[in-house]
Amino acid sequence: MSFLKIRDLSVILRGTNHRLLRGVSLDVGATEVMGLVGESGAGKSMIGKAVLGILPRSARIVGGSIELDGVDLLTLPPRQRRHLIGQKAALIPQDPLTALNPARRIGPQISDRLVDILGWDKARARARAEEILHDVHIPQPDRVLRAYPHELSGGMRQRVLIASAFAAEPRLIVADEPTTALDVTVQKQILKLIFEMQARHGTALLFVTHDLGVVSKICQRLTVLYGGLVMEEAEVGAFFEAPRHAYSRALLAATPRHTDPTADLTPVPEAVIAEARRAVAEADQRWHA
Amino acid sequence: MFLRRLLTRIATTLVTLLGVAVIVFAVIRIVPGDPVAMMLPPGATEADIARLNAFYGLDKSIPEQFFIWLGGVVQGDFGTSITTRQPVLGLVLSRLPATLELSVMALVIAVVLGGLVALTGTRLRYTRTEGALDVANGMALSVPDFLWGLVLILLFGVLWPVFTISGRVSPNLVPEFATSFFLFESVLRLRFDLWLDLVQHMLMPALALAIPLAAIIGQLLKQSLKETMHLDYVTLARTKGYSENHVILREALRNAVLPTLTLIGVQFTFLIGGTVIIERLFSYEGLGNMAIDAVINRDLPLIQGIVLLFALLFTLVNLAVDLLYAVLNPRLRHA
Repeated sequence: MSFLKIRDLSVILRGTNHRLLRGVSLDVGATEVMGLVGESGAGKSMIGKAVLGILPRSARIVGGSIELDGVDLLTLPPRQRRHLIGQKAALIPQDPLTALNPARRIGPQISDRLVDILGWDKARARARAEEILHDVHIPQPDRVLRAYPHELSGGMRQRVLIASAFAAEPRLIVADEPTTALDVTVQKQILKLIFEMQARHGTALLFVTHDLGVVSKICQRLTVLYGGLVMEEAEVGAFFEAPRHAYSRALLAATPRHTDPTADLTPVPEAVIAEARRAVAEADQRWHA
Repeated sequence: MFLRRLLTRIATTLVTLLGVAVIVFAVIRIVPGDPVAMMLPPGATEADIARLNAFYGLDKSIPEQFFIWLGGVVQGDFGTSITTRQPVLGLVLSRLPATLELSVMALVIAVVLGGLVALTGTRLRYTRTEGALDVANGMALSVPDFLWGLVLILLFGVLWPVFTISGRVSPNLVPEFATSFFLFESVLRLRFDLWLDLVQHMLMPALALAIPLAAIIGQLLKQSLKETMHLDYVTLARTKGYSENHVILREALRNAVLPTLTLIGVQFTFLIGGTVIIERLFSYEGLGNMAIDAVINRDLPLIQGIVLLFALLFTLVNLAVDLLYAVLNPRLRHA
């Protein structure tokens, strides 16, 4: 039983006929970790944004459905949709330096959703914020609650954002390249933390990344995107043994391996790109017909 | 640390005021126009002129006159008004409350109006309403305050006379007040009959001063609000389930206000300068009106006193803005 069920989702660039997502279908099970991979511009972040209702103004959903816990978000009135997303889903953003409000203290930024959207009383929400900061291994959580974002390091801020995402016990978390903006030394700790928290809370996780190495370690399934089109969707074990799709094989060959970091990388061959483009063009033809 | 900053601030303020005093003192003595000649009837003798010049100390050199005057100022004596023969300090202080109340009222109106325009424009961004607001804003901005004054007089004083467009308060009510802060006092004493009469007099001049400032505030605040609305922490708040209104007011507004605040400080000093003409236009008995009379009559000590007070007001406004900025921006608080 999938918690997030996307069917045939199409998103266009507003005012044009150009599709950014070309009929994407995707399932994420209730406690599953799904990796979403692809090159820049493949539309992997776009899917996460569509689910959370934060697509930029320039993008418009023109077809398909996004079911969260059995409810189609796209048919709900805006207020109810927002509320449902706020209750059941959360985002771990890409850049911890810009994702916290510089004018507000950390504490309220974690607990505000608990009070305003989930209806907790303030004391309980504050206690929860302190507890969850403790869970993400932040020393002296009571001091951090009173701090402003500029008083914390980048790694600390990402911990705070992870805590904030898990604080309300959401059933689905979208992590949008959560380590890209961090130091390499911090990246590993943050990844470990996200999966520690995911395992403890049994949350469904949609992990958007361009790093197949990370996917191989932490995801159960993955979806490969090219040009807003799903190229392949597979179990991680099977995928890394033998990817079915030519594009997936090429992408894998272009990924550095920790076991042999000096090995030459193969760029995605022209022929494979041409084939992927053909698939995109065919999908567009079917759609416009 | 704070004490050191405060002392530096006071020192720079004093230097500024001294500079202003030197310039004003020199300029009003260099430009043509002789106060003594204006006081004497036609046919006064050379001896009469010399006697009056000596009486007011105008026979000495300008630097000499300046140091005599400065010596008095340091001791709290700003000289004697030539036309009214009363101490300048008393005259100026008696008019200051009227101008302060008018300026602050105009500022409050400007902030409220400008804030509403910015918030509405942000809430309805990319719609026709935003476009219409922008056009109205541009018009409000391109018409100067004194023209707004004339328009308001014509509309609400002549064509549809609902407001009193002359004076600060009905003359028969003046004895009711114990202080010169009429508006403030009426609120404190809960005398809403007096308050209503004051507002009826003050609203039009205050509005004339406020409209251009409101337009500037509306324009800049909306611009920085719209920029802030694209930032990551605003997007994150949306995923938490918050409404557009909530996101604008709680996440974006406080950060977007900072650049606007600096601008309000600068523009407020312009507004205080604008009271000179607006007070004249509405026969409002404030400092600005007094300044015009003083200039017409070449009342040198009075001009000096008024200008010095205006300069002091400007520096105080800037100080207040700096303090407010530190309060609103946590990153500056420990700096």
